[in-house]
Amino acid sequence: MKVSEKWLREWVNLDATTEEIERQLIMSGTELDGIEPVASAFSHVVVGQIKSIEQHPDADRLRVCQVDIAGDEQLQIVTNASVEVDQKVPLAIIGAKLPEPDGKIFKIKKSKLRGVLSQGMFCGSETLGMGDMGEGLLPIPLDAKLGLDLRELLDLDDVILDLDSTPNRADLLCVAGIARELGVIMQAPVTEAEFTPVESSIDASFPIKISATDLCQRYVGRVLRDVNTQAETPQWMVEKLRRSDIRSLGPVVDVTNYVTLELGQPMHGFDLEKLEGGIDVRNAKEGEKLTLLDAKEITLRAETLVIADQKKALALAGVMGGADSAVSETTTNIYLESAYFVPEKIAGTARSYGYHTDSSHRFERGVSPDLQLKAMQRATQLIIDICGGKAGEMTDVSTCDMLQTRKTISFERSSIKRHLGIEVEDSRVEDIMTRLGCLVEKADKGWNITPPIFRFDLATQEDIVEEIARIYGYDNIPSRLRPLVPLIVPKEETQVEEDTLRNLLVARGYQEAITYSFVPPEMETLLNPSHQQIRLDNPISEELSIMRSTLWSGLLPAVEKNLKRQQNRVRLFETGLSFVNNADEMTQRKKIAGAITGSLYPEHWDKSPQLVDFYDIKGDVEALLSESNAESYQFVAVEHPALHPGQAAKIISNDQIIGFVGALHPRIEKKFGLNQPVFLFELDVDMIRKKNLPNYSSLSPYPSIRRDIALVVDHKINFSSIEKVLEKSEIKQLIDYSLFDVYRGDGVDSGQKSLALGLIFQDFSRTLEEKDISQYVDGIVDNLKTATGASLR
Amino acid sequence: MKQLSELMEQAQEAILSASDLSALDNVRVHYLGKKGLVTAQLKQLGKLPPEDRRTAGQEINRAKQSLQKSIEARKADLQEQALNAQLEKEKIDVTLPGRKMDTGSLHPVTRTTKRIEEIFKQLGFNVEEGPEIEDDYHNFTALNIPDHHPSRASHDTFYFGDGKLLRTHTSPVQIRTMEEKQPPLRIIAPGRVYRCDSDVTHSPMFHQVEGLMVDTDVTFADLKGILDAFFKAFFEDDNFKTRFRPHYFPFTEPSAETDIQCVLCSGKGCKVCGNTGWIEVMGCGMVNPEVFRHVGIDPDKYTGFAFGFGIDRLAMLRYGIDDLRKLFDNDVRFLKQFA
Repeated sequence: MKVSEKWLREWVNLDATTEEIERQLIMSGTELDGIEPVASAFSHVVVGQIKSIEQHPDADRLRVCQVDIAGDEQLQIVTNASVEVDQKVPLAIIGAKLPEPDGKIFKIKKSKLRGVLSQGMFCGSETLGMGDMGEGLLPIPLDAKLGLDLRELLDLDDVILDLDSTPNRADLLCVAGIARELGVIMQAPVTEAEFTPVESSIDASFPIKISATDLCQRYVGRVLRDVNTQAETPQWMVEKLRRSDIRSLGPVVDVTNYVTLELGQPMHGFDLEKLEGGIDVRNAKEGEKLTLLDAKEITLRAETLVIADQKKALALAGVMGGADSAVSETTTNIYLESAYFVPEKIAGTARSYGYHTDSSHRFERGVSPDLQLKAMQRATQLIIDICGGKAGEMTDVSTCDMLQTRKTISFERSSIKRHLGIEVEDSRVEDIMTRLGCLVEKADKGWNITPPIFRFDLATQEDIVEEIARIYGYDNIPSRLRPLVPLIVPKEETQVEEDTLRNLLVARGYQEAITYSFVPPEMETLLNPSHQQIRLDNPISEELSIMRSTLWSGLLPAVEKNLKRQQNRVRLFETGLSFVNNADEMTQRKKIAGAITGSLYPEHWDKSPQLVDFYDIKGDVEALLSESNAESYQFVAVEHPALHPGQAAKIISNDQIIGFVGALHPRIEKKFGLNQPVFLFELDVDMIRKKNLPNYSSLSPYPSIRRDIALVVDHKINFSSIEKVLEKSEIKQLIDYSLFDVYRGDGVDSGQKSLALGLIFQDFSRTLEEKDISQYVDGIVDNLKTATGASLR
Repeated sequence: MKQLSELMEQAQEAILSASDLSALDNVRVHYLGKKGLVTAQLKQLGKLPPEDRRTAGQEINRAKQSLQKSIEARKADLQEQALNAQLEKEKIDVTLPGRKMDTGSLHPVTRTTKRIEEIFKQLGFNVEEGPEIEDDYHNFTALNIPDHHPSRASHDTFYFGDGKLLRTHTSPVQIRTMEEKQPPLRIIAPGRVYRCDSDVTHSPMFHQVEGLMVDTDVTFADLKGILDAFFKAFFEDDNFKTRFRPHYFPFTEPSAETDIQCVLCSGKGCKVCGNTGWIEVMGCGMVNPEVFRHVGIDPDKYTGFAFGFGIDRLAMLRYGIDDLRKLFDNDVRFLKQFA
């Protein structure tokens, strides 16, 4: 809420600077979004009156005015503004300084415009740094004294405080409330605006019925007759409204807005002649139509509260009035409304119709149920002062007896120490609570505290603790770093930590990426076409509308972007959740995924450039899997929509697929406009968590012996089938093996390949002899022959 | 014996002029070999008169030993020379770049998260995680934010058709933790959170860390103490200032917003802190008893505090990143700066 500092000072007598007020507000929980002057720091602008106007002899668009500023002589001003004789105008006289938005200062000097002397300049609102108040010159009231400094006339030595109170403090949405708060935190006296209530002078009323008693608990109405709705709103009110960002729209609306700002009670004025029978505060009829003040027609739902007469809905209660029943230029008889709607019951109504208004903002947070009569009296007085007219009796209907009371809170002294860690003197507690408007009674262990009616947010013991802390000052509560009892959750040594996996990839040259969890639908369609996509109801854009089922959906575009930025060697990885729709439920599983492209090593003077291939990324995957050494993993060739059909593997452990690795499908590569192969992997982090606790076994004192063999097999035989034979070998002396060459070409029949294996043997009880080794090798070769058709080369 | 001394002279000369090991060996064979000239002298001894033989024999042996010594010495010299030659030949430019696999880097957000975790672990906090697609109950209701509560509107929630939502903060993790474990509790929960808001200073996805401490005697003074200690450690500055202002959150009471001293101007006032000297970084407060009731913890027995702050913002302040969007652009030139 924006409010003039001077207006606040009318209510609360503060011996403090603006800065001090700002600091005190901030430190008691009301943020300030800004402090701005109500006008620029201009000088020498005075009230003038135009006495005569003549056409400029040499310029069609300029006119020459004689202006009275109550000086010895009239001033001659050349202007292009549209002006009338007798009009009062703001006049920047010679010597005036007009600061401009860019910080420069425009100085008014005696000058000639097309040969005619001009002794000053008329000013519009923007020239004076008062914002956009409409076309033309700043309006000056007819009764303004000639020659009076404009700053004095409009009381411009003032600032606008832009206050941002928290949603629980509905009571701070008005001048009265902020003044009350300042009174408490700065221990200053608060004076309410004084006015004499208007007695009813006519016998006029309009019946009120509240049908929706759970939604509306109080409705006050009053008839005003013979009101001149074309009267001019006084300058002081226009200025105060302007300082709260509200434009003057005619006296009735101005007054209701003014009362809202002053007291916090939103009000509405109807054209009495448009109302039929009586007011009915009721639920809408399903499908009922209503055209609001902004000329939009809405279709109402049955749970919505409306203000109606006996025929039709008139207004969306607490949100906006209707267009048909609004006060217009021809209105003379007015019906004023001042109501209390139950906050939690009407919360969300405005938003459900796409509105957020000043009224709905206030009613949802809570307008005090004791304000309606006072606000009605204030509005009546202001309207009749400005527009004339006569008032009828107020009609006050309430549907709840408990409306004017708040529940008493039994507050224990000990809860202060328990929540805040400090003790606060009894007298201080009583002072704080009393100043806040609470009724405080001493009780056994503390006090019985009854909050004021306007404090919707005070209901529990903790609410009171918070108020004490707030006013006592958070700064005055010491911080305590006390010895903490250890809460040890031992690190499980048999669990692979996510950090280990991350660090491993970093050591292998990967950069960690963080991509959005929501991706474009076509990305998911491309990479995971059979997945039933998980779509956001209200995405930021279509590009960010589908939850990723694979981390590749984010990594691939990142790779592409980097390649476009001339980064030809990219190695990215990411960890995060993937969101997958299974048959019966949606799962969120943590994945680690990577994408690599470009040369294997950074360019080097002693290495020929080599592009990464399947076995490079597989090596990275194997390194990750080796962390989880309590499980065994098989790579099995697979067809995957995102991957090259000849260079893709699924990774299997315990009969479950735990991930994929492979080359990006060339078709997708092309779609992305990539002209170099990209390799990808993705693993389920929780499926590669198990690690062995190291268990020492003694070492053989006897030497190991290596025997190399070359096998010839059909080229379609996967190495995994050879490995399987070696893994399953019954020869326990075969302690290790390695594949050190794969060869196709001269010397090997086409359709065959040669595999060079190093077999390593060792025994625990003796040194192996030549004949033992030969026997073992023969056995192994025989087994390989049976299983894979392999023969020695 | 003149003949012997001449022979010796020649031999010493030959040894010195042997230019490599094989030449030297030839010299050795020529004089000391089985058919060598010195050996031949020994064989000649028999022809001398018996009374001269002893003296002559001794003389020849002395000469032989002296030759052998000279050969050894020369041999050592030649070996040294050969080694030096080899070393000279093997000399390389040690300033040429080595063969390496470049090391990569962690994302600055991860790097910051690790740093945050490290500090809180030292304070005895454990790290918890939770789902990102959440239900309304854990994200709102259990945190004392009922339907239509005004603060729901400020959360800009992403919804799914089935009523599920993307968590708008990491606070649901405190609920999930308290549902499963009884106090004393000290946890932090970092992770991704989502809000339907995107502009220069807002990303629809960002990172938060939630903190929770519950015990029989936790007070607001502890909240201030722990957070103050955290920021001092995080920014490695024992004089680092924090400030707590009253605020409102449905799930804490009393609630506070925490400002830290502006790290760019050290609190003097600059563009980044809007000339206030302070930067708002987190929301916190004492756990609202309503929240305890939702998770079955007795609010008459336990008190606690909770806090939540943005990791991205802290990363930006720490590393001088001036544009939030850079964090999720994944430009390798950016990422490499955090190695």
